[in-house]
Amino acid sequence: MTLANPSDFNGNLQPQGWLRYFSFSLDHKVIGLQYLVCGFIFYLIGGALAGAIRTELATPLSDFMPRDTYNEVLTLHGTVMIFLWIVPVVNGAFGNYLIPFYVGARDMAFPRLNAVAFWLIPPAGILLISSYFIAGAAAQSGWTAYPPLSLTTPAAGQVVWILSVLLLGGSSIFGGINFIATILKLRRPGLKLMQLPMYCWAMLGTSILVVLSTPVLAGTLILLSFDIIAHTGFFNPALGGNVVVYQHLFWFYSHPAVYIMVLPAFGLVSEILPVHARKPLFGYTTMVYSIMAIVFLGLIVWAHHMFTSGTPPWMRLFFTIATSFIAVPTGIKFFNWLATLWGGKIALNSAMLFSCAFIVNFVFGGITGVALAQVPFDIHVHDTYFVVGHFHYIVYGGTVFVIFASLYHWYPKFTGRMLNEDLGRLHFLLTFIGFNLCFAPQHWLGLNGMPRRVAEYDPTFTTLNQVSSVGALLMAISTIPLLINVVVTALNGKVAGDNPWNALTPEWLTSSPPPVENWIGEAPLVTEPYGYGQHQDQPQEVQA
Amino acid sequence: MTSTAPLQDPGSLATDKAVDQAVDHATDHATEGHGDFRLFGLATFLVADGMTFAGFFAAYLTFRAVNPLQEGSTYELELLLPTINTVLLIISSFTFHRAGKECRGGNLAATRLWLAITGGLGVAFLAGQMIEYFSLPFGLTDNLFASTFYALTGFHGLHVTLGVICIAIVALQARKGGRISASDHFGLEAAELYWHFVDGIWVVLYGILYLL
Repeated sequence: MTLANPSDFNGNLQPQGWLRYFSFSLDHKVIGLQYLVCGFIFYLIGGALAGAIRTELATPLSDFMPRDTYNEVLTLHGTVMIFLWIVPVVNGAFGNYLIPFYVGARDMAFPRLNAVAFWLIPPAGILLISSYFIAGAAAQSGWTAYPPLSLTTPAAGQVVWILSVLLLGGSSIFGGINFIATILKLRRPGLKLMQLPMYCWAMLGTSILVVLSTPVLAGTLILLSFDIIAHTGFFNPALGGNVVVYQHLFWFYSHPAVYIMVLPAFGLVSEILPVHARKPLFGYTTMVYSIMAIVFLGLIVWAHHMFTSGTPPWMRLFFTIATSFIAVPTGIKFFNWLATLWGGKIALNSAMLFSCAFIVNFVFGGITGVALAQVPFDIHVHDTYFVVGHFHYIVYGGTVFVIFASLYHWYPKFTGRMLNEDLGRLHFLLTFIGFNLCFAPQHWLGLNGMPRRVAEYDPTFTTLNQVSSVGALLMAISTIPLLINVVVTALNGKVAGDNPWNALTPEWLTSSPPPVENWIGEAPLVTEPYGYGQHQDQPQEVQA
Repeated sequence: MTSTAPLQDPGSLATDKAVDQAVDHATDHATEGHGDFRLFGLATFLVADGMTFAGFFAAYLTFRAVNPLQEGSTYELELLLPTINTVLLIISSFTFHRAGKECRGGNLAATRLWLAITGGLGVAFLAGQMIEYFSLPFGLTDNLFASTFYALTGFHGLHVTLGVICIAIVALQARKGGRISASDHFGLEAAELYWHFVDGIWVVLYGILYLL
């Protein structure tokens, strides 16, 4: 008996074949794909909701749906996209699939906790989506659920919303604990922290943020539910409560949440760029320190969301300076990516197109972010479409572009087949044009004073809103080539082989798709995941 | 506790004995070549749990700093009962520590005894809190301080209740031939870490809620 055949412990007890994707599987690869597919279904739902919003906003009057319904759609769109698509996919899906490979392990540190974390998501999502039917009305107070608004809108829908977000928060915390333990404690002996692929560092930083900030949101939402159900007055000014405390606690989670969504994307793009540019990742050490600096700064900038909430001047000053500082580590990462590309043998395939577009979109969203950190400017555009535009440049232009890039990059590993490049480029072109058409005009709308979260607007804003809606239509159409591509190539695509990109990170040093327990025999010890151009571009397996 | 599978080269060079030990001790195959990191996982969870309390504490202190109470309300509380409760809880940390020491020394009977004392102190704490709840002059929705008081002590009381249940389970497992023995006592260590955490939170809570 040896440990080299560990399927005795795991595999024989678990269903195999397609059925395992519907089971309480403990295999990190199965769980990763469960996250990915589940998240993508919610992306389609959230996208349909976004389509409804842009249809409504194509004309100045609220003629497509009643105003209350518009508020429900807007709340569900935000909550679904953040908590059910981006956070689970960019952390849970790729994290679960890749991290055990990167640390040279056969699974995550706590496989059962991992499965529990995933299986909290479908019920939470179904609960949220069905709140319209089971509670009579879905939540209407936006994804921020600010009191007193969330106390005056229909209570049942809001309570279901809170319950759903609590379940998703719990899932996120369990995932974060698992990633920290896996990266710090489950590395293959001999593998040092500074030899890990960059995505490990990104996930370590993200998980630290998850563990430190998500519980605060959970506690806050519990207090909010007391206000709604038991009529306490924590956040109810009519009962002597304090709404600004809610905002502080909410943003203590929800600002780091932006980094929970975007740091893993930084990590993924740091894996993709070196492979397709055939060059080592530039500035590995500065990348690591930048991630940790972003984690630290990300925890102390939350009140820049509250410059119009009666924030005292010293607080404005502190949070403006701290927020502006984040541009430094982020800028370091940006220039490191450019330097990685510089002089490389760049293959402009779909994965690379989406990655490069990420860099472009993200720098634009980053610049408007620095602008928003300045108090006078923020007061001018607060609660306008400028903020909506900025936010979508970060989470869609940033993270979702990277999710698509990662899909094209790792799909051969997931399924053993290559995605079709022509369909991939068509998907990219439609997404890139649609995205910029949809969200760039929103900056102009915001600067001219169009408030966010309204179903009706002044007719002078009509043209730009219609441009934005056409962009949204293009983004909706862009999903069609993606879906065709994923389904058709899974059945009938070109066979990928173990390592179609000639990549050096450990997940490529096994078959596609990988076996249960990841490797037949011993895990390879990869100490130079970015050693391109140094060893004739062949995968390097260094023995301890 | 610690897996003795070879550190340098898990799998291939493992002798049958080392493999058997690894299988005995590890929670699953994923621990090959690694120490037991389950307590590390629990500690990470407790950091998260502590952040929930930190959020509550921050909210309470802010309320207290900026939100005046209505006429006739006060932040003053009766101190005798909660002080006794605090002492009981601190003592219970020491008795739990003693239980862990006895377990590592192989004395399961003494382990069970000290666990029973710890659990008894926990129950006494909860009883004290109940008495306090029924004797307080305010209810949950009377004012902002009352709401915060019940939310904080109630959330902590929930933790103590869970702790007492854990102690009962661990005491049951510490019987002869049970899951807990001198060489394998993760459950006991986990419950002990959790209990110390709950105690520590109470000391902070007592300080800012009753003494401040």
